[in-house]
Amino acid sequence: MNDMTPVAKTSIKDWETDQEVRWCPGCGDYAILKAVQRTMPELGVRPENVVFVSGIGCSSRFPYYMETYGFHTIHGRAPAIATGVKLANPALDVWIITGDGDALSIGGNHTMHLLRRNLDCQILLFNNEIYGLTKGQYSPTSRVGTRSPSTPYGSVDRPASACSFALGSGARFVARGIDVHKKLPDVLKAAHAHKGASFVEIFQNCIVYNDEVFSAFTEKAKAAVNQIWLEDGEPMLFANGSMGLALNRQELRLEVVAVEDGDWEAAGVIRHDQTNKGIAQMLIDMEVERGFPVALGVIYNHPRPTFERAVAEQNRAAAENKTPDLQKLVAKGQTWMVDKQPHEI
Amino acid sequence: MASAAHIVSPEDSSAPPPAESVVVRFAGDSGDGMQLTGGQFTLSTALAGNDLATFPDFPAEIRAPQGTTFGVSAFQINFGSTEVETAGDAPDVLIAMNPAALKVNVASLKDGGLIIADEGEFGSRNLAKAGYETNPLTDGSLARWQVMHLNISQLTLDAVKPFGLGNKEALRCKNMWTLGLALWMFDRSRDPIIAWLKAKFAKAPVLAEANIAALNAGHAYGETAELAGPLKQHHVGAAPAEPGLYRTVTGAEAISLGLVAGAQLADLPMFFGGYPITPASAILHHLSRLKEYRVTTFQAEDEIAAICSAIGASYAGQLGVTSSSGPGIALKGEAMGLAIMTELPLVIVNSQRGGPSTGLPTKTEQSDLYQAVYGRNGDAPMPVIAARSPADAFDCAIEACRIAIEFMTPVMLLTDGYIANAAEPWRVPDMSGYTPFPARFLAEAPEGGFKPYARDARLARPWVKPGTPGLLHRIGGIEKANGTGNIDYSPANHQLMTDLRHDKVMGIAAHIPEQAVTLGAAGGKLAVVGWGSTYGPIHQAVRRQRMRGRDVHHIHIRHIWPLPANLGTLLRSYDRILVPEMNTGQFKTVLRDQYLVDARPLNKVSGQPFRIAEIEAAIEREFDAI
Repeated sequence: MNDMTPVAKTSIKDWETDQEVRWCPGCGDYAILKAVQRTMPELGVRPENVVFVSGIGCSSRFPYYMETYGFHTIHGRAPAIATGVKLANPALDVWIITGDGDALSIGGNHTMHLLRRNLDCQILLFNNEIYGLTKGQYSPTSRVGTRSPSTPYGSVDRPASACSFALGSGARFVARGIDVHKKLPDVLKAAHAHKGASFVEIFQNCIVYNDEVFSAFTEKAKAAVNQIWLEDGEPMLFANGSMGLALNRQELRLEVVAVEDGDWEAAGVIRHDQTNKGIAQMLIDMEVERGFPVALGVIYNHPRPTFERAVAEQNRAAAENKTPDLQKLVAKGQTWMVDKQPHEI
Repeated sequence: MASAAHIVSPEDSSAPPPAESVVVRFAGDSGDGMQLTGGQFTLSTALAGNDLATFPDFPAEIRAPQGTTFGVSAFQINFGSTEVETAGDAPDVLIAMNPAALKVNVASLKDGGLIIADEGEFGSRNLAKAGYETNPLTDGSLARWQVMHLNISQLTLDAVKPFGLGNKEALRCKNMWTLGLALWMFDRSRDPIIAWLKAKFAKAPVLAEANIAALNAGHAYGETAELAGPLKQHHVGAAPAEPGLYRTVTGAEAISLGLVAGAQLADLPMFFGGYPITPASAILHHLSRLKEYRVTTFQAEDEIAAICSAIGASYAGQLGVTSSSGPGIALKGEAMGLAIMTELPLVIVNSQRGGPSTGLPTKTEQSDLYQAVYGRNGDAPMPVIAARSPADAFDCAIEACRIAIEFMTPVMLLTDGYIANAAEPWRVPDMSGYTPFPARFLAEAPEGGFKPYARDARLARPWVKPGTPGLLHRIGGIEKANGTGNIDYSPANHQLMTDLRHDKVMGIAAHIPEQAVTLGAAGGKLAVVGWGSTYGPIHQAVRRQRMRGRDVHHIHIRHIWPLPANLGTLLRSYDRILVPEMNTGQFKTVLRDQYLVDARPLNKVSGQPFRIAEIEAAIEREFDAI
């Protein structure tokens, strides 16, 4: 889109299609859809300049419900298709909708390469730690011991961490949200504002096959103590300011500390620096089971030049001062003339 | 060969066999630079006005162990003063740079043919590596042939001595010494090679000078040494050809140029998504240098991403193209189905090689025909076009682009390792003679409202670029209702959409040329039906058999799917049908299935192209049976 053109205001209705939404009643996907539709009018973009690309899985039906351009592709390949879309037309605002199986299992290779290339797009990974559309098999993010139709005795392999995978692949923007949480639109806005590949893991509850898998930190009673919402430049506090994260400088790891009377500095709590990759990795690794809150919001945001710009710039530079002439091109190299009359042998 | 380079008149087709054509095979170790030597000899031969065909034959290993038989790399060229359509059945001259090269190649040499061997490399160690117990140059085992053994290694070292190169670097100039001798033998000019060496070693002038010295020394050796016997100068006259400007072209070059031309004729930017694979990579290399023609090349993380990125680019309004060889094409299969389902234009180039699995990466085969026509899940019809020669690949690539855009469909273009690597003279086409087929994008809703799966007279759906106001819609691989494009897997709709996809592709038959008889006439005793790179040997075999008065005809098919509308009638006008293929009979089966004709197979899967004699023998067997 042209940044100079003022964009007419849209409302949430402008982003809804006439298609009947076909997720299970109570699915976390409904909340994410609403959050996205609510966020779009605030981004200053026109629906026709937006493309939603998805792979396969419950989450990947998402494009049908967005009144934008949409491409529901094949399992795991949305990042590759989105790369072609964005390289062909960098003015388009590209969103990838994917799931834990789609992005980290069958499509892990494409996710990794899109992130390292830093294609300007938003990747929303709906993580429900289960294969829903195929009826409940364990997924690459399922915890050890997950019982499912394909693992009746419990899964034995260790799960992948979506954000750790992203950071390790070279992502320059890594964030987390929760399907029903009111701060999800803020995370989406930050993802959109970041120029480059913006990776957002959204904890999404699958009510049918993996209900309450995130309840350790999403349940109302536990949310304050087990969630930390990060704000760049702000002290890393949670539990209504009564607890914070400090850096153990001897062992180079984060620690939960109690904050007395709001004096977080005295407790050694550090401020969130969203450009610090080392701290970002520590934040991603925090787990409730080990006595930490789950890190949410923008964990890492450290932009660098994007892939499609580099490609466009190289294309432009390589073509500079060259006049395309197909006739000359086909006649390139060493040529010779054959006379009007065939040679006598 | 050179379909583009010759006027084939009826008189011509019954003319005597080539009066003067010579087959030379350069063979050496992988590190000896034989492909380079052959390529430069080809250039010089083309500039001399000969018609020619080449056959690069090299191992899959980049540097196989030195001196071993499996590390032998060879380059064969057939050139002559009349039409040349194959790289030749049997070499007249074999240049063997070491014992292994001799061992691997000598059996195919014509009786009485000439062997030029570098005796400097025939020490006991190299002889043992090649499996010789005694030195064949001296033990009389080569009595069927004429043998010239020179110490090329030493002669090269002497020639480049003034340049002060190390022994290893100096010996690298051996191939230029040999080339110099070959150029003298056939009265070829050294000038283009010298110009090429100067450009190649512009940054290392000493190497340029040393190589030129070696080239000149080899040439002078032929000219001045008092050579008795076989080594004498041949002159092969220029071949008669349609007047015009000529160049040499390899299949990979011709496809790249054809794709650029196709995109230009469609007035579209091209997006090429590729992943390195032998023998298809050369297309990615060529296109990556043509950015001023609105070409974007993308080396993807794998074959699947290569095709998917091309589909994404087509969706966004460019001409998406991807390319691979058999194993990569297999990986792309699911994405082809997506392009079929979403009805987006896409060109898929398959440079076939020996299979299955990794198979024979550097050898040629035509065994991906089933994969091209049938190889996807579901009823997934897709047009398939096959190029018959390097020069023909240019027009085929344009045709693939045209069909993809006019019918909103993926199209597969089949070539093979032989076409991709081989070079032939090509009459430079006059681009003003090609009819443009500009892509049309829907820009606003038609009367009655916009439907993403509405259809035109060709059953193609509209192409809408994302970014177009008022035409927002969603597409995907899940079954869509005709017209609206909403998800719909009702029984009646899937039947309708399956029929529509089938009818759209089969309807292309009305928009391609009728099948012509390539050599001969409609009706007769025997038709030899081919497709792809078997063109040359089939054509020569049929021509020779016709000169013997046999009622045999050559039909060569470009449009593999859908087949030309008149093909059934044409095939039924012959008593017998013979289908030579470098597979186990795939096209034969397609013809039987489509027309219920008694097509008989002639199959070869040795990784080597057909010899003319093999096809002639099969023709004779058919006549024996009549």
